[in-house]
Amino acid sequence: MSSHHESTRAADDQLVPTPGQTVGPFFGYALPYAQDGELLAPGHPRSIRLYGTVTDGAGQTLPDAMIEIWQPDEHGRVPRETGSLVRDGYTFTGFGRTGVDDAGRYTFTTVDPGATEPGKAPFIAVAVFARGLMNHLHTRVYLPEDAAALAADPLLSSLEPDRRETLIGVREPDGALRFDIRLQGEGETVFLAFPHHHDPDDAASPGQSPHGRAGTGDAGAQ
Amino acid sequence: MDVQPPPLDPAATMESQQTLSAEIAAIHQQHRDAVAAGETPETQPRRNFPPYRSSLLRHPTKSLHHADPETIELVSPAFGERDVHPLEADLTIQHDGEPIGERIVVAGRVLDGDGRPVRNQLVEVWQANAAGRYVHKRDQHPAPIDPNFTGVGRVITGDDGEYRFTTIKPAPYPWKNHHNAWRPAHIHFSLFGTEFTQRIVTQMYFPGDPLFDLDPIYQSITDQRARDRLVAVYDHSLTSHEWATGYRWDIVLTGGDRTWTEDDAEAEEH
Ligand SMILES: [Fe+2]
Repeated sequence: MSSHHESTRAADDQLVPTPGQTVGPFFGYALPYAQDGELLAPGHPRSIRLYGTVTDGAGQTLPDAMIEIWQPDEHGRVPRETGSLVRDGYTFTGFGRTGVDDAGRYTFTTVDPGATEPGKAPFIAVAVFARGLMNHLHTRVYLPEDAAALAADPLLSSLEPDRRETLIGVREPDGALRFDIRLQGEGETVFLAFPHHHDPDDAASPGQSPHGRAGTGDAGAQ
Repeated sequence: MDVQPPPLDPAATMESQQTLSAEIAAIHQQHRDAVAAGETPETQPRRNFPPYRSSLLRHPTKSLHHADPETIELVSPAFGERDVHPLEADLTIQHDGEPIGERIVVAGRVLDGDGRPVRNQLVEVWQANAAGRYVHKRDQHPAPIDPNFTGVGRVITGDDGEYRFTTIKPAPYPWKNHHNAWRPAHIHFSLFGTEFTQRIVTQMYFPGDPLFDLDPIYQSITDQRARDRLVAVYDHSLTSHEWATGYRWDIVLTGGDRTWTEDDAEAEEH
């Protein structure tokens, strides 16, 4: 490995992670692939639709966001099968990726995740990417049904009620799960930091106010 | 520099590079002062980085919530030979003819925070061509599209975490953040680790690019040593006789400890 990583071991003897950078505006011909959002074929008897929008601090829908999901199957089993990029139509790989459509909506066809351990609240792990978002964001969409499991969930129970709501999907009459992602402002989605991420946008990081300044306008297309 | 501006400049009312550079310098000075006062240098870009104008309305204003990763987040999707054909690592052979430009090899290793190789994982790249033009339909830069270059590649890492692409060196390109804004030449990288929490999308740059200082995206990383981690090194041992020059770039993913400790929390809070 090159020396510039070797020379920057942190105090805890961890290598310092490579910084992220925005996905930019031009990933659309590179990262999407055939059936990227179809973890299960649409219309499959087990399938549900997971969909929503991504909005900015002005309440505008992002036309150029990309969402990834990663989840257990309906029995709570963590998939170990390859084949997410070249779907065979019957293997559930647990991973999906999709760009928002022209109306700003993302849609996955998938299954309701099961609990990975008895009593655990089932959720789908979500990663959000966009131009203007300098580093991607992690969040979770919980299934709304199992109130006892939701109440016992370590993450949800550490949140204020209004913040907690942002992580729980809304079940629609046709069985679809709606999950809107708000990057900034009212109803801002709870985004997650995991150990060793050392994120400068985290609370009161050096030289930065804990509550960033909201913008007045977007710079437009890049 | 003594360059003639275009005859009609619709962007004359846009902010100047000078304005942007002053904003960047002020933020960096703040960071240097904080480090001098004993703060830990930042290692990741700021999502709230006003000189990158598109970030203004797209960064969360609440702090990220500390979470211990759960079962599903401690594993990554599995990728393999079903997903990626070995030829996808060569971006110069995807069409009938040879692409125009400087043929290069970009290679390195993907490691986790403990220095362990990240094996059998997906690396995706995309980039502009040798004229600074993307194939993407929204790219309006009046530079030629190369019919022999798409600029998209994929590879699965080997047993030692290694990856290797053959491609064409991308050129800088203009964008609309401010007047006369140009991106340094870069290759976009997307990687998976052994845990989903290690997911990263980033950009690799080339050594000595004169546009580094001017670029709000690169400069959103406030610490010079952290910025250096995105710059490949020229490596003559990767250069091949009468064929291609070589650049080496290693990528370190987050990870190691799986739960928040008192020390972690403190490091994040101050
Ligand atoms: Fe780019």
